Amino acid sequence: MKPRHKKLLWVLGSLSLLGVATWLVLNALDKNLNYFYSPTQVANHEAPSNRSFRLGGLVVDGSLKRQTDGLTVEFVVTDTASNIPVRYKGILPDLFKEGKSVVAQGKLGADGHFVADQVLAKHDENYMPPEAAKALEDARKINANAGKAPQP
Amino acid sequence: MLRFLAPFAVFVALIVFFAIGLKRDPREIPSPLINQQAPAFKLQQLQAPSKQFSPSDMLGQVWLFNVWASWCVSCREEHPVFVELSKSKLVPIVGLNYKDKSADALQWLIQFGNPYVLSAMDLDGRVGIDYGVYGVPETYVIDKQGVIRMKHIGPVTPEILQNKILPRVRELSK
Amino acid sequence: MIPEIGHFALILALILALVQGILPLIGAATNQANFMAVARPAAQGQFVFVAIAFACLAYAFLANDFSVKYVATNSNSLLPAQYRFSAVWGGHEGSILLWTLTLSVWTLLVTLFSRHLPQAMAARVLGVMGLISIGFLLFTLMVSNPFERLLPAALEGRDLNPLLQDPGMVIHPPILYIGYVGFSVAFAFALAALMGGRLDAAWARWSRPWTTAAWVFLTLGIALGSGWAYYELGWGGWWFWDPVENASFLPWLVGTALIHSLAVTEKRGTFKSWTVLLAIAAFSLSLLGTFLVRSGVLTSVHAFATDPKRGVFILIFLTIVIGASLLLFAWRAPKVGLGGKFALISRETFLLANNVLLLVATGAVLLGTLYPLFIDALDLGKISVGPPYFDAVFLPLMAPAIFLMGIGPFARWKEQSLPELAKRLKWAFGVALLSALLMPLTLGKWTPLISFGLLLAFWVIATGVYGVWSRLSQTPGTMMSRIAKQSPSWWGMQVAHLGIAIFIIGVTLVKGYETERDVRMALGSAVAVHPYSFTFRGAKPQAGPNYQAWVGTVEVFKNDKLVATLHPEKRNYFSTGMAMTEAAIDTGITRDLYVALGEPLENGAWSVRVYHKPFVDWIWGGCVLMALGGLLAISDRRYRLHQRSANASPTLTVESQA
Repeated sequence: MKPRHKKLLWVLGSLSLLGVATWLVLNALDKNLNYFYSPTQVANHEAPSNRSFRLGGLVVDGSLKRQTDGLTVEFVVTDTASNIPVRYKGILPDLFKEGKSVVAQGKLGADGHFVADQVLAKHDENYMPPEAAKALEDARKINANAGKAPQP
Repeated sequence: MLRFLAPFAVFVALIVFFAIGLKRDPREIPSPLINQQAPAFKLQQLQAPSKQFSPSDMLGQVWLFNVWASWCVSCREEHPVFVELSKSKLVPIVGLNYKDKSADALQWLIQFGNPYVLSAMDLDGRVGIDYGVYGVPETYVIDKQGVIRMKHIGPVTPEILQNKILPRVRELSK
Repeated sequence: MIPEIGHFALILALILALVQGILPLIGAATNQANFMAVARPAAQGQFVFVAIAFACLAYAFLANDFSVKYVATNSNSLLPAQYRFSAVWGGHEGSILLWTLTLSVWTLLVTLFSRHLPQAMAARVLGVMGLISIGFLLFTLMVSNPFERLLPAALEGRDLNPLLQDPGMVIHPPILYIGYVGFSVAFAFALAALMGGRLDAAWARWSRPWTTAAWVFLTLGIALGSGWAYYELGWGGWWFWDPVENASFLPWLVGTALIHSLAVTEKRGTFKSWTVLLAIAAFSLSLLGTFLVRSGVLTSVHAFATDPKRGVFILIFLTIVIGASLLLFAWRAPKVGLGGKFALISRETFLLANNVLLLVATGAVLLGTLYPLFIDALDLGKISVGPPYFDAVFLPLMAPAIFLMGIGPFARWKEQSLPELAKRLKWAFGVALLSALLMPLTLGKWTPLISFGLLLAFWVIATGVYGVWSRLSQTPGTMMSRIAKQSPSWWGMQVAHLGIAIFIIGVTLVKGYETERDVRMALGSAVAVHPYSFTFRGAKPQAGPNYQAWVGTVEVFKNDKLVATLHPEKRNYFSTGMAMTEAAIDTGITRDLYVALGEPLENGAWSVRVYHKPFVDWIWGGCVLMALGGLLAISDRRYRLHQRSANASPTLTVESQA
């Protein structure tokens, strides 16, 4: 094989590997990016209806209800401006508490519930997930612009 | 030999993103509560659980609202600053005892001194959330009309008190 | 008093680090032997003082000295002694001190095992390590001093995060850090070689054992972390593609590439600039990992304490260290030459291809890890990249690499004929393919993915067995002497590759056949997870040293025979009020039975996670084998033939061929 051909083969080989890798990355990113939406955005129908996303905020006090199977739970997530009911089947993480921040991942159901397939908890009491913090921050801005004090 | 510089170029691009990422620290976001009415609440008082406290009780005077907890280590750093300040009677300090146990909190005040005219008990941290508490300690300056004029996150040092908080208090008290 | 001694020791260590980082480098550049001679004593002294500082902090923890702020934040008088010790690295400040201690231990080892190096080389290596140490000591003293006082002292400490109160967490961080920081030696060797303009086979031979040692610890550290997550987080996962996990995995991937690239550089004098770049990249990714974890720019389950000031410091440090080394690379690497030539089909090509695949995979994982940061920095919103992204990208890139891994050891250096290779390996491929197709049938369910995973694993095993057999059969003598005649580094490679195969089997079978059921279990009720049946016998309260627990009893039957009685716990820690799930696991070679308590329901019923995980322990078994392979490779006598390695310069001969 002539050196020129050899070089060509190398270039072709690396380019095709790069191409395959890029395709893999873009394809996988497209499918697995989870955008984050706040309850207000969901209430305003800004969230996608057929795609999974993340919802963050606070669990409303006293909103946690357990169905008789003991595993299906419903609770309400709020950013102090809007409330979104969430349904989840499974065991809640240790740090899930009413009045605390939560991030849930899932899709919007037909009945307006957010159907979570994952409820995320962080491993520190005093740590608020940035998504949840942002939701509260945004809601506070909305409340402030509307010229009213935030409602608890 | 430009290709040997390629790794460096990639690295520089990464660093730029990191720098921006670092700058987007939540603490740097100006609180939307500034120049807004202080969120209303009604909470039990720590030393007199039969009595309640509400921010409207303080209308007509400039006051400091300090979020503290007995479990919070940096609160102890700023505490002597407030104890000194309370002796000078320049401005009343109200405490928000955040996610604490009443017995621990009382013990703590006995040990380190009590600079507060009173402390409200925010057992579950709901009020803290309304005020956008990122971490304890935090301190708010609230004016005569009950509007938040300043917010400080983290322990208050003598410098911050002298250079930032007290000038603002004096200005608002006029 | 003790904490002040610790603080003072750190300051002295910094002074010695300054000496170690500056004088030897000047000495090497200007050829002054007395300046270079400073390196060893300075490094050894620095180790002594960092060790004193560490001991002081450990003492403060063991003595419950709550007048030290860091102790008050991370310990508690009720905390058992072993966790009071591991609490030393339970928070940010102590972690950084552990990092610094690890670095000084590595430096100490370099001073002890570098007598055969030319003086300038040793001086440069120690000098570079001194510079890194300056950065970390400054960081400790300026923004994360663990000895800061809290006066008057706290009555009681806030306690260690309950998640970290676990035997796994006692050893996981030190082992992981030894691995992370160990790449600093390979990095220092690479920079020293660039400075001295001496990128040759001798350089590669010197760095090899150090790199492999770091890689061994990193492998074990990652495996321990994954095992910890598996039993401590209570939901039975063993890898989450969490940013912090990725932070340790990225240097591992590059380190693996580096080990192989170093082999080529040593044997053939090729890939020199590539190897240097990998050495820089491996350590840079270790530093990057520290930055990502410590600055809080990426949040993850691990982010317990973050502080922007620290982030700024590490970012500046990162910029200086990595930026300077990459500039040095751009300046010096073009002059080192290309080394020996090789044909399109040769062992070099296979190794290079594997290297490139590993690097592309690293890039893909890095991109997924940092993507949320990019999007946030560009103000395009908050997003997260789901774990399926990593699976979808990583597996297709690794599959060809694993395939090449089976071939590589059979290919000859310089040139290899492809038909001959195919002829030698066709039986291995046939055996692997057949067993991969048939084995899932015996396990109950056949899917293409399971078969494919097994094919990769069996391919590695079959080629390995064939390789060992053909090598041994060509060596004369008794079986024992045949085995002993092969070099330990060759055996090391075989064992490590077998480890990869075992790991793949574990991953494939647990993904393919695991059963995970979250169920409500009333007293005496049973749930069937084929072929086992789990019966819930209730939960009782029980007191621990610093927590109150609910201890459940679950009996596991197989064909009506009791095989295990499991006691999962739900703990509530006093000081923090945090609830913690302690899973109960019955470990076996072919399966784990995993039970974790969820929440108490009415009438003594609980929600319970009941998992059957076939072959899950093979995952960690594979990692242990990989580490063992690395250890075997380090034990090779070749690395200790100092005289020869220092004098002989095989590069010359290689380059004269070129």
